[in-house]
Amino acid sequence: MVAATAAAALVLAACSGGGSTDGTVEITFLTSAGDLSTATGEALIEAFEAENPDIVVNLDTKPDGTDGDNLVKTRLSTGEMADVFMYNSGSLFQALNPEQNLVEMSDFAFADSLTDDFVSVVSTENGLYGGAYGASLAGGIAYNGAIYDELGLEVPESWDDFMANNEEIAAAGYDPIIQTYGDTWTAQLFVLADFANVNAADPEWAQGYTAHEKFYAEQPALAGFVHHQEAYEAGYFNENYPSATYEDGARMLAEGTGVHYPILTGVMDTIRANHPDAVSDIRFMALPADDPANTSATIWQPSGVYIPQTTEGEEREAAQAFVEFVNSTEACEIFTAQGAPTGPYVNGCELPADVDPLVADVQAYFDSGRTAPALEFLSPIKGPNLSQITVEVGSGIRGAEEAAANYDRDVENQAQQLGLEGW
Amino acid sequence: MTAEATEVRAGRVRQVRTLGTVRHAYPLWFYLPAAVLFLVFFAIPTFASFYFSLTRWTLFDQEFIGLENYVQFFREPQLYQSFINTLIYGFVTSGLKVVIGLALGVLLTSALVGRNYLRSVIFFPVLVSTIGVGIMFKALLDPFDGVVNGALETLGITGPGWLTDPSLALLTIAGIDVWKGLGIACLIYIAGLVAIPTEYYEAARVDGASRWAVFTSITLPLVKPATGTVLILSLIGGLRSFDLIWATTGGGPGFSSDVIGSVIYKQYQAGFYGLSTAGNVVLFLVVTAIMVPISLMLNKREVEQ
Repeated sequence: MVAATAAAALVLAACSGGGSTDGTVEITFLTSAGDLSTATGEALIEAFEAENPDIVVNLDTKPDGTDGDNLVKTRLSTGEMADVFMYNSGSLFQALNPEQNLVEMSDFAFADSLTDDFVSVVSTENGLYGGAYGASLAGGIAYNGAIYDELGLEVPESWDDFMANNEEIAAAGYDPIIQTYGDTWTAQLFVLADFANVNAADPEWAQGYTAHEKFYAEQPALAGFVHHQEAYEAGYFNENYPSATYEDGARMLAEGTGVHYPILTGVMDTIRANHPDAVSDIRFMALPADDPANTSATIWQPSGVYIPQTTEGEEREAAQAFVEFVNSTEACEIFTAQGAPTGPYVNGCELPADVDPLVADVQAYFDSGRTAPALEFLSPIKGPNLSQITVEVGSGIRGAEEAAANYDRDVENQAQQLGLEGW
Repeated sequence: MTAEATEVRAGRVRQVRTLGTVRHAYPLWFYLPAAVLFLVFFAIPTFASFYFSLTRWTLFDQEFIGLENYVQFFREPQLYQSFINTLIYGFVTSGLKVVIGLALGVLLTSALVGRNYLRSVIFFPVLVSTIGVGIMFKALLDPFDGVVNGALETLGITGPGWLTDPSLALLTIAGIDVWKGLGIACLIYIAGLVAIPTEYYEAARVDGASRWAVFTSITLPLVKPATGTVLILSLIGGLRSFDLIWATTGGGPGFSSDVIGSVIYKQYQAGFYGLSTAGNVVLFLVVTAIMVPISLMLNKREVEQ
């Protein structure tokens, strides 16, 4: 089926391509700047061009974070967008006005192979607007398994067990919890990765939150902020937490000077690049909930690949062929070879048998059904100031309750911007 | 047709001359190129931004919502703190620039060995990009591997987290701003100081005035125009400051060094374009409300003098 569609696309591309001077179609693929993502983009393009000699794909890059978001929105609104672009799924995807700007993909060959969770984060009421780009990520605690073995610790199921472990780790002379506020986004994990636990306690929470009926200032969601404050007050952070960066955090975790790092499993990319020997030591656990029955892993869906409506004719055919390719099993192998997966694929690809221990740990949460998508995939609302608010909690500037209440106010702008009911 | 037009124009010129003597030396349409530039690049964008501040604007579409953005802007939990920070930052930096700039100006106009070299050393930071300065100081002031705290440690002093301690961050950035902007203040003062006629000083010396008396009775009053210029320039710069703060702390830790400029930028980053435009209008009004009385006051004194 995939082959048939790809072939059909090829034939069409070849036919219409006859009009251009040398019979090839040229398209552009926009991805994130950064060594790993450009290397992955280049590897995908190389394999794709080998199969599709009539299509030339140029690589273009954009900055990460909010600067990249603005670039994407500006290019879309001015009709200057690349023919295929990689961008977040979930709440950021919704902010692109998909129905007005993007090509609908539900009749693309890969559409049926996507997991329901992923389909929901690249769809609107009226259709599917994106393919998957790579594997999913988990958010929770990456920890140094070698030190766990050395101290004979068990993976904690509840927050109290976790704090008890921290005490033993501190007594042994290691930093129990790594925090890196030099990159403020890393401060959010105590709250964001706690969402699966909130969801386990109250499966309707995300819906109520979107409807302005549930709040972070109330339990169960308040727990993330409270735990962050408790961890700070117990003095479990590395001494240089105010200025340490994400890369510093990866180093501390890999070298074992710090033991728990609440982060996304994407941290493995950095560890693999800078500290390859430590890869087999690094493992994963969900952020523990107060009630062990609720402890589950929060899953970030992969980014999507999208085609803007401004791409038409033979370029659109070529763009479609490229998106199909990115969702093929061959592409999964390229993703695996480039970065090693940080969680399961969402388009039917199997993980290789010899995955890192950390990915095996993530898979175990999937196998026991103890996962939930991150809140940004269930609700379009995410306040822009969460990272600064969590830095305040983790630096002792503000207490958990007040910070949570501030965050509830912070999200109002976003909800109003989206024109949601009840805000 | 063209002959007629020339005649009409010529007639108007003559009319102007007869009516208001030589009030308009040139016909009005000489102003046209400048007026077009002014309209296209200044007036229209300004009014467009006033309009967009009344909309919910996502780049894809816009919806008119009246004053809601302003209400929302003033309900921002961090706005009050950032407003206070803006005032602290503006007044601390301009105060220091006036005091240190004048001191250095006096020093550098006196007969000093290597005067020109010292002048260029003090002016040099002005030439460096603000973002570059920010990144450099961020590295120098890092509490753990920064050069500054390293140097303090050899003296047996444990340096504070210059940019990471919430109570220090804003003042540290103000200090960096002063370091960077001092050259301009100093330059203006030097220009003001060398313009003071030396006869006054000679007369004072003949009268036996002390150095301090010379400074307070001659130098200080006569550099008032320079003081006014330094104060107005640095205060406007301080109230609108953004780039240095963004490069060093991003408004952090938490919101402790946020100023109105950085709050506006964060709203823009978040995609709240209408809201951040409203913030810009507020900033414009705040700067105007502070600057107009101050500059009127300073100008009045200048005239009296």
